[in-house]
Amino acid sequence: MRALLEHMLKTSDLDSPGLSPEEYAENFSDLHPPLDAHQAAVEADRCYFCHDAPCVTACPTGIDIPSFIQKIATGNLRGSAKKILDENIFGAMCARVCPTEVLCEEACVRNTGENKPVAIGLLQRFSTDHLLAGGVQIYNQGPDSGKRIAIVGAGPAGLSCAHRLSMLGHSVTVFEAREKCGGLNEYGIAAYKVTGGIAQREIDYVLGVGGIEIKPAQTSGRDFSLAGLRENYDAVFLAMGLGGINQLGLQGEDMDNVLSAVDYIAELRQTDDLASLPIGQRVVVVGGGMTAIDIACQSRRLGAGDVTLVYRRGAEEMGASAFECDLARTDGVKIIYWAAPVRILSEEGALQAVEFEKTRANGAGGAGSPTGTGEKFIIEADMLFKAIGQAFESTSLEGFAESPELSKGRIVVDAAGRTSLDGVWAGGDCVAGGQDLTVAAVQDGKVAAHSIDSYLRGEAGENNG
Amino acid sequence: MADLSSEFIGIRSPNPFWLASAPPTDKAYNVVRAFEAGWGGVVWKTLGEDPPIVNVSGPRYGALLGRDRELIGFNNIELISDRPLGVNLEEIKAVKKDWPDRAIIVSVMVPCEEEPWERILPQIEATGADGVELNLGCPHGMSERNMGAAVGQVPEYVEMVTRFAKAHTRLPVIIKLTPNITDIVYPAEAAKRGGADAVSLINTISSLMGVNLDTMCPSPTIDGQASHGGYCGPAVKPIALNMVADIARRKETAGLPISGIGGITTWRDAAEFMALGAGNVQVCTAAMVYGFRIVEDMIDGLGNWMDEKGYDRVEDFIGAAVPGVVDWGKLNLNYVEKAHIDQDLCIKCGRCYIACEDTSHQAISVSDNGERVYKIKDEDCVGCNLCTNVCPVENCITMHRLESGTDPRTGEAISSEYMNWGMHPKNPYGKSQK
Repeated sequence: MRALLEHMLKTSDLDSPGLSPEEYAENFSDLHPPLDAHQAAVEADRCYFCHDAPCVTACPTGIDIPSFIQKIATGNLRGSAKKILDENIFGAMCARVCPTEVLCEEACVRNTGENKPVAIGLLQRFSTDHLLAGGVQIYNQGPDSGKRIAIVGAGPAGLSCAHRLSMLGHSVTVFEAREKCGGLNEYGIAAYKVTGGIAQREIDYVLGVGGIEIKPAQTSGRDFSLAGLRENYDAVFLAMGLGGINQLGLQGEDMDNVLSAVDYIAELRQTDDLASLPIGQRVVVVGGGMTAIDIACQSRRLGAGDVTLVYRRGAEEMGASAFECDLARTDGVKIIYWAAPVRILSEEGALQAVEFEKTRANGAGGAGSPTGTGEKFIIEADMLFKAIGQAFESTSLEGFAESPELSKGRIVVDAAGRTSLDGVWAGGDCVAGGQDLTVAAVQDGKVAAHSIDSYLRGEAGENNG
Repeated sequence: MADLSSEFIGIRSPNPFWLASAPPTDKAYNVVRAFEAGWGGVVWKTLGEDPPIVNVSGPRYGALLGRDRELIGFNNIELISDRPLGVNLEEIKAVKKDWPDRAIIVSVMVPCEEEPWERILPQIEATGADGVELNLGCPHGMSERNMGAAVGQVPEYVEMVTRFAKAHTRLPVIIKLTPNITDIVYPAEAAKRGGADAVSLINTISSLMGVNLDTMCPSPTIDGQASHGGYCGPAVKPIALNMVADIARRKETAGLPISGIGGITTWRDAAEFMALGAGNVQVCTAAMVYGFRIVEDMIDGLGNWMDEKGYDRVEDFIGAAVPGVVDWGKLNLNYVEKAHIDQDLCIKCGRCYIACEDTSHQAISVSDNGERVYKIKDEDCVGCNLCTNVCPVENCITMHRLESGTDPRTGEAISSEYMNWGMHPKNPYGKSQK
């Protein structure tokens, strides 16, 4: 995939807009600068320490938010970080990338009175950054159970599961397709949300628990197979994420400068030199989720002139939160709702424009795909990003003698993360019915780890976490 | 506009706001700045005999701070004036000459014998000052030398020293009392017996501000050691109010003029002290935190409030709240209140619920059909007011009197009759008294 992107970029006739190093640094600096100690104390004091706090319920990992905030207020930062990490070992990343405005902070009772929730995300970052900076490891491997577990995928779900299994005394081997661990934390999140190499520092901390072996650059079907893993390990956890992307289904989709947003962001996250990335002057993004916003904003920040994001439904249906949309507009992104691409226009193989057809909701509640109205318009473009969702690559199950049951192209699991195959669990973006959020993936891994642990210890009535 | 001018034991000032004897009134430079800012009077920082005392050259102050570094409490280990007596007297004279409409009271502290008082008081009188305040309250340092609180804690000494002062000056004499005693009325009564024109209170409360857990040094720390200081600031206001009210209402001391001191930061604080019987007020900590210009709002705010309430002069409300302070035994046990939660204002934090559930009377229910809805259970509510105090939303939880009918908690009929503990049928020693 990366090779493909490199090819696209190499053959591109676009140049980098040549921003100054200072402009790149400014554009890709921390989206939300961290709180200093005084700001954290003042913000922590705003927490009402609610009874049965609704923010806890709103957190997919169930962090005891009032308690960790109270510990910041009392200066017990290690205790605070442990409260967070006990439930969410990727607490530092989630503090940055969680859409808190629709999770914990939306539930905060301060919204009712003053429309200004406690800055839970920033406080979580304050607490976890302190722990990571201090380098004190607060977790240990549990007493050796003698059990070995294979995990496919070293993203948030896989490593969350690995960390918890290690704490429970099991040895873990993680098979990762890429060179680096982290999954979308490392390759997928917008750069200005994860500055300072936080993704890898956090992974170092997670792996610091011990008992986790990482095997990088492993291709399923070539380097390992599910049948082999089931044979050689006591349990298997599948967390390979979504390897593919959804296609527009238009002619010319493979032309130069018609790019996968996911691939481009991965390249952006890995580059040492933002100026080496070509970016169009008239960029069109198709899609309505976080990835669409991320690529639109980053295109502007890389120096793109006009960036237009086109979504086939309305603002209400967008996967990206209102905060993200505001961010995009602030960055100068134009957002057009209710239109879908119908034709890619090119001259001598070079992208010229994209033709869109206006759409409207189809049927009651607009649940089905929108339908075209017949009215069309053209947006000039020298770069087109596809950001209409990722897809589970069935090839990632190649070489598996027996495949777990799928639904809509993703793996079916129960509440404890069990697949249809005995001894095989799955979690994160590759499972059906998920939220496609980092924090949800972390929870999947944690829940599956406890289920696996109960299974391996032969306990009746598994813990669903 | 209401008339804020004040006459306290014959001493006139354009408003009832004086600066207390403390660092802000240590020398002419500060006092002149205070008068320029509008303060009605000052009590000049305590004079002693020469040679002047020697202060520490390390931290003299410590603070209790809120999370946003709001100063809640404050303490000091500074002693009385460390400048030569003659310098102070000359400056007092010069400032009084330049500011004849402002009150200048001179605080003084000398040993517990008649001769030093006989020596120093005429010198103070010669400055043209309006009065003297005997510092019988300082709890730190000077008390180890048998002055300050060491005198104020022994009523007989208070009376004796008051007599010394009254014998050797024609100026009005104010006795500044220490709160570091069990019952403030005893030293106040002693001062009255000794002929004091007024008492002022409270002086500071003996205190250690904290411990540095890295060094195990208490604070404020001088070379690894600490000595108790005097605590003041907003945190001491309730303690001071109670002592002022006690002197104002108890028959032994009722009518004795009081200059109120203790955590006064705003015009509202001042009005509360005066409502409880203080003829004027003295301020220190607030000025040390914010500077002298806070007096502008004290004057403005008090005037606006008086206009709103129809008080023409400060005398119109001084002591107005004193009759409301009574012994517990006079409280009406037939009076019943129940809390009420305004569901429109409720933000559903649940603090009232957990406070009541864990520490009070389990009188709040938590949910309606899975929703976070908090409601008072009148059958369990004793009207304690804890929920109102912990609720973060003003006026969300309010207390309402049951005027008639039956108290659902006790099953007893609500009576409009007054009944205190002395009259109560369950009081084994009860005797009908009102």
